[in-house]
Amino acid sequence: MISKRLVHLLAVLLAFALVAAACGGDDGGSDTTEGTSAATTTTTSGDGGTDDTTTTTEGEPMEPFTMGILLVGPEFDQGYSQAHFEGAQWAMDQIGGELISLDFINPADNPGLTPEGVARDMIDQGAQLVVFNSDDMREGAFLAAEQNPDTPMIWVSGDSAWADGRAYRPELANLGNVWGQMTFGKMIAGCAAGLTTETGKIGYLGPLTNDETRRLVNSAYLGAKYCYENYRDQPADSLEFAVTYIGFWFEIPGVTLDATQVVNDLIDGGADVVMSGIDTTQALVRSGQRADAGEQLWAVPYDFEGACQEAPSICLGVPYFNWGPAYKEIAERVMDGSFTAEWEWLGPDWSDINNEDTSTIGFLKGDGLSAENSALLDEFIAGLGDGSINLYTGPLNWQDGSTFLGDGETATEIQIWYSEQCLEGIEGVCDLG
Amino acid sequence: MKSFRLERVFLPTAVVVVSAVGLLLAAGTNGVEPLKLIVEGSIGWPPFESGSSPKVGDTVMVWVPIALASAGLIVTFNAGMWNIGIEGQIIMGAIFAAFVAREVSASRPILILLTIVAGAVGGLLWGLLVGVLRTAGGVNEIFGGLGLDFVAASITTYLIIDPWRRAGVASTSGTDPFPDAALLPSLGGTRFSPLAVAIALLAIVGVWVLFRGTLYGLKLKAVGRNRPSAFLMGIPTNRYLLGAFMICGALAGIAGTSQATGFHYRLIPAISGGYGFLAILVVLLARFRAFWVVPISFFFAMIAVGSSQLQLRLDVNSALGGVLQGVLVLAAMFGLGWSAYRIRQRIAAAGEEPG
Repeated sequence: MISKRLVHLLAVLLAFALVAAACGGDDGGSDTTEGTSAATTTTTSGDGGTDDTTTTTEGEPMEPFTMGILLVGPEFDQGYSQAHFEGAQWAMDQIGGELISLDFINPADNPGLTPEGVARDMIDQGAQLVVFNSDDMREGAFLAAEQNPDTPMIWVSGDSAWADGRAYRPELANLGNVWGQMTFGKMIAGCAAGLTTETGKIGYLGPLTNDETRRLVNSAYLGAKYCYENYRDQPADSLEFAVTYIGFWFEIPGVTLDATQVVNDLIDGGADVVMSGIDTTQALVRSGQRADAGEQLWAVPYDFEGACQEAPSICLGVPYFNWGPAYKEIAERVMDGSFTAEWEWLGPDWSDINNEDTSTIGFLKGDGLSAENSALLDEFIAGLGDGSINLYTGPLNWQDGSTFLGDGETATEIQIWYSEQCLEGIEGVCDLG
Repeated sequence: MKSFRLERVFLPTAVVVVSAVGLLLAAGTNGVEPLKLIVEGSIGWPPFESGSSPKVGDTVMVWVPIALASAGLIVTFNAGMWNIGIEGQIIMGAIFAAFVAREVSASRPILILLTIVAGAVGGLLWGLLVGVLRTAGGVNEIFGGLGLDFVAASITTYLIIDPWRRAGVASTSGTDPFPDAALLPSLGGTRFSPLAVAIALLAIVGVWVLFRGTLYGLKLKAVGRNRPSAFLMGIPTNRYLLGAFMICGALAGIAGTSQATGFHYRLIPAISGGYGFLAILVVLLARFRAFWVVPISFFFAMIAVGSSQLQLRLDVNSALGGVLQGVLVLAAMFGLGWSAYRIRQRIAAAGEEPG
C-alpha cells in the first residue's frame, strides 16, 4: 500500500518536471545559441484583394560578426567592466554584429575558469574577435593567442604588441593591445578636485600598484596641483594628496583592503574630496553617505560614464572610457581582413571629449562641480587639448627624491607608460620594491 | 527488498531532478537546455567528442583536488572529526609547493616530486595543528580548523603581495607563473595531467583499503563511533585522531599542489577554489563511501567548469551554476533523509505486525 502511494507520488513529481520542462519554451536557448541569421528577403504584394507573401533566401545563411569579451568584474558594476560591456555592445550595434560576454573572470569569483578556456568557448560559439578586458588576464591572453593563432584578440591595457614594450611578444601576431589615454582624464579629474577642495586635502582610493595605476595617480596629482596653484592661487606645497591602494582592481572580501573603510580613513584624515582609481564605486557611495549625514564632501568616480548616478549631488564628474569607437574600428579591421597586432593608446577627441562616436576618453561633469569651477575646468581642458598645458614637464621628481624629469624636460610616451614610482608630493606607498 | 532499493535510490533522485528542473524554470530557462550546456561546457557534446579535450582537461583538473580532499575527509569523518580546516590544508599545501617551485632548482622529475612531497607536508602539518589543538588544547576541530583556514588564506595574501610579489607590482592577483620545470606534466595543449589523476585515484583506493582491509582503519572507525569505549578497549584515541588529521592534511596538501602547479600555474589568493568545502558536501552525499567520491566530485567539477555556458549561451548569469549546485546538494540531502525516514517507518511498522 505504502509502496503504491509512493510510486504514484514520484510519478506525479516526475510528470510535473517533464511537463514543466516541455512547457518552458526554448526562447532563451536556440535563438541565442545559433548565432546565425539567414540573408532573407520578404516581399509582400497585393493582388485581387489577396496578399501574396513571397520569401526568398539568397544563398547561404550569413553569419553576423561575433565579438566575445571577457570581463574581469561584474557586467553592471557602474565602473570598469560595465564601460567595456556597453562599449562593446555599442560597437556591435553599429556594425550589426553580436556580442557574447562573460563577467567575473577572475580566480576569486570563478576558480574553475581560465581566460584561455573562456576564450576557447567563445571561439567555439563563433567569436571572430576575443577581447580580454583586464591586465590581470595577461597569461591567459598569451595562452589563448598561442592556442588560437587564427583568431584576432585584444589584451586591453597590455603592451605585448608594442615594440618598445616590456612584454613585447612579436610571435603573437594575433594579439593586439588597446588602451585609452586616461592620463588626460585623470588630469581633468584631479583639476576638478583641486578646484573644489576646501581643506586642501585630496584622497585617492587606489587599486593595486603597477605602472598603470601609478601613471594615473601621478596624472591626477598633477592636474590637482596645477589647478590648485594656477586657478586658486594657492601654493602647491599646501596641497595634500594621499593615496591608499586596496590591493586589486576591486574589493575582494578577505583578500584586499576594505574599500569603504579606506574611504573612511581618507576622509577621517582630512580629505574632503575622494577620487577613485578602482573599478567600482565605493569612493562615491561612501562619501555620499557621509555627505548625507552632514559632512561637506565631494567625490570623483572613475571608468563609467554613468557612475555619478550613485551620488549625483557630491559628484564632481567622472573621467570615463568610451570603448565603443575603438571596438568598432577593431571589429571592422577584422571583418575586412586588415587586422594586425598593434599597440594603440588612444586619446580624447579634443574637439569634443564627450563625443561618443570619436573620443575614447571623456569627462562628464557632475552636479557637485560649481558653475565657476566648471568654467575654469573648461579652460584647463582647452589648454590640454591645444598643448599649451603639458603637465609632464620638468622639474618633476619621483617620490624617493630622484629626478624624473629635469627642468623643462617633457616626458616621452614610454616614460609616462612605465611610471616607476609616484611623484614627489604624493603621500602613500606606491611601490613595495 | 526491492521496494527498499526503490526508496533509497529513486526517491532522492526524483527529488533532485524535480528541484533542478524547478530552479532552472524559475531562472527563466527551459529547464533542460542549461543541463545540456553544462555538460557541453565541461566535457563536450556529445560527451568526450573530439575537440573537447581542453575542456575535459580543465574539468578533470578541477575534479582532482575535490576528489583528493574528499578522500582525506572520509578519513577524518570516520574518526568522528569535522575537518572544516580542509581549506587551510589545501592552501598550505599550495604554499609549500609554491615555495619549492619558486626556490628550488632541480631536474624536472625531481622538482615535480619535490613539489608534491612539499604540498603533502604542508597540508599534513596544517592538519596536525588542527588535531593538536583538538587533542591537547581542547579546541573544537570546527573552530580550530576554521580559524586556521583564515590564517592560511592571510599568509597566502601576504606572500603574494609582499615577498613573492611580481617585479614592480603589488597586487593580490597572484605571483609570477612558476617555471615550466615545476609544472605537473600535462597532455599536449590541455591541463590534463595523468600524474595528478593517478594520484587522486590512488588516494581513493587507498582510503577504501584503509577502512575495508586494515586494522588501523577498523580502530579509526571505532574511535569515530565511540571514543570512550575505544579508549577503554586500549586504543590510543588521541594518536588515532592525530593520524586521521595528518592523512587528511597530506591528501589536501597534494590537492593544493595540483591547484598551484597543475591548474593555475602560480599561487593566487583563492588557490583552494573553495574545493575543500565542496568536498565536505561530496563526502556527505557519498555517505563516506570512497568510490562514490569519484562520480559525485566529477559532477561538481562539471558544474564548476561548465556553468559559464549559461551566461555565454542563454544570457543567464553563470552564478546560477553555483545556485544549482547548492540546491542539488540540499535536495539530495533532503531526499536521502526522507528515504531513510520512510525505511525506518516501514521497518517499525513491520515489527509491529503480528506473526
